[in-house]
Amino acid sequence: MAEIPVQDLKTTPLNARHIALSGRMVPFGGYALPVQYPTGIMAEHKWTREHAGLFDVSHMGPSFLMLKDKTGDAEADHAAIAALIEPLICGDIKGLKPGQIRYTLLLNPDGGAIDDLMIARPLDSAWAGTLYIVVNAGTKDGDWAHIEAAAGGKAVLNRADNCGLLALQGPDAVAVMAAIVPEATELGFMQYGSFKWNGTTLVVARSGYTGEDGFEILVEPEFAQAFWDVLLADERVKPIGLGARDSLRLEAGLPLYGHDLNETISPTEAGLNFAISKRRREVADFPGASRILKEFAGDLSRVRVGLLVDGAPAREGAEILDSTGAVVGVVTSGGFAPTLARAIALAFVPPALATPGTKLGVSVRGRVQTAEVAPTPFVPHRYFRKAKI
Amino acid sequence: MTTKFTTDHEYIRVDGGVTGTVGITSYAQEQLGDIVFVDLPAVGKVLNKGDEAAVVESVKAASEIYAPVSGTVTEVNAALTGEPGLVNQDPAGAGWMFKIALATPLELDGLLDDAGYAELIK
Repeated sequence: MAEIPVQDLKTTPLNARHIALSGRMVPFGGYALPVQYPTGIMAEHKWTREHAGLFDVSHMGPSFLMLKDKTGDAEADHAAIAALIEPLICGDIKGLKPGQIRYTLLLNPDGGAIDDLMIARPLDSAWAGTLYIVVNAGTKDGDWAHIEAAAGGKAVLNRADNCGLLALQGPDAVAVMAAIVPEATELGFMQYGSFKWNGTTLVVARSGYTGEDGFEILVEPEFAQAFWDVLLADERVKPIGLGARDSLRLEAGLPLYGHDLNETISPTEAGLNFAISKRRREVADFPGASRILKEFAGDLSRVRVGLLVDGAPAREGAEILDSTGAVVGVVTSGGFAPTLARAIALAFVPPALATPGTKLGVSVRGRVQTAEVAPTPFVPHRYFRKAKI
Repeated sequence: MTTKFTTDHEYIRVDGGVTGTVGITSYAQEQLGDIVFVDLPAVGKVLNKGDEAAVVESVKAASEIYAPVSGTVTEVNAALTGEPGLVNQDPAGAGWMFKIALATPLELDGLLDDAGYAELIK
């Protein structure tokens, strides 16, 4: 991404808070956002794993896709809106239960990932025919244009990226939320709902990008600072910047679009088979189905793996070498894992070299360091899963 | 003993006029954040002023450390291998990176003194 002059960067509704907290502001996805606060990435990372971290993710792309001509029959209206978006993605949206969120991917005709995203069905049947869709910051304009074009006038896409989007993540997140929006603690992992707070309506999802239990909360722009303040007033909560957001998601083995996913990489290559819904596989009615189903059956040339790297962190672009010294793959994200106190990476290698325990080399500044394929997540997820609704 | 600084935020502390101790300034370590790995040069390596001499890795990124003067590496701070955080805790002391035998002591005159460096980071 080209560097944008600071004065041309967009700001989030929480910009004044970041500056007051002495956040180190950097350009990210066209926005000015804090990479860290004075405590630093290491402390912020550990705080999130041990207590609760508060992230401003308002640069992302929350939106609502709303069916124009509703019948009033909740199931029929949901089926109608699902039918508009499903041709773009590999997930089963029709089959979502009220209140359920699904992680899925927008695919190009070759089965490459245009983006990864969350799509959710409202709990309240009065909202049937609407989908809550959250896409990535760097791809949001293109994604939304793509979705609107596919909707062909049958649905309206309302972007909500003027709002605040906050993530509260960590083992204490649920206790913090219990004191502020107690009803939201009833949500299980990958469920969402709307809740009244202080004269506004919050859209709260039990989801996140750290591997921890937590919530992602959409709040109207005029209420964003007040909601941020009430969360931070709890001594278990500290503000966390983009630096720790990245190290947390890396430990959790979660892909970052534009790095571990792009238009050439399929969901299967990226290790995201869980996001290719069974019904969609059986009907083979998603973009790139012929390639992806072949890969799904095991015929593929590269897969995403985790690597435990000895020595210096291997960053994006570092070449992976086999035991003969031949280049067999590349690191797509890499860094230092504060929880493990060692370097880790996500990389693409041929399936024959993807078994955990496989010894590989990784080239860092012209020197070969040893690395070992490891299962992901590197740090176990601690999501709050409820029995299926 | 005199300490000189580069505009890239390295320091070199020279005693006796022949050997200098190189590290990064307190300002630099603060900008980099938590340092998790330090890649040091080999003893005996010959460096020209401005050559990449070492690399410090923070959680987020790798940053090159350049030779403030020309010379030969005579010693490296092995303690940083096990405890890279020393660069954050005590950059001017226990967090030093390498010692260099000066090839051209006159190069020191081209570096910033205390006042010049203070002005740079103001």
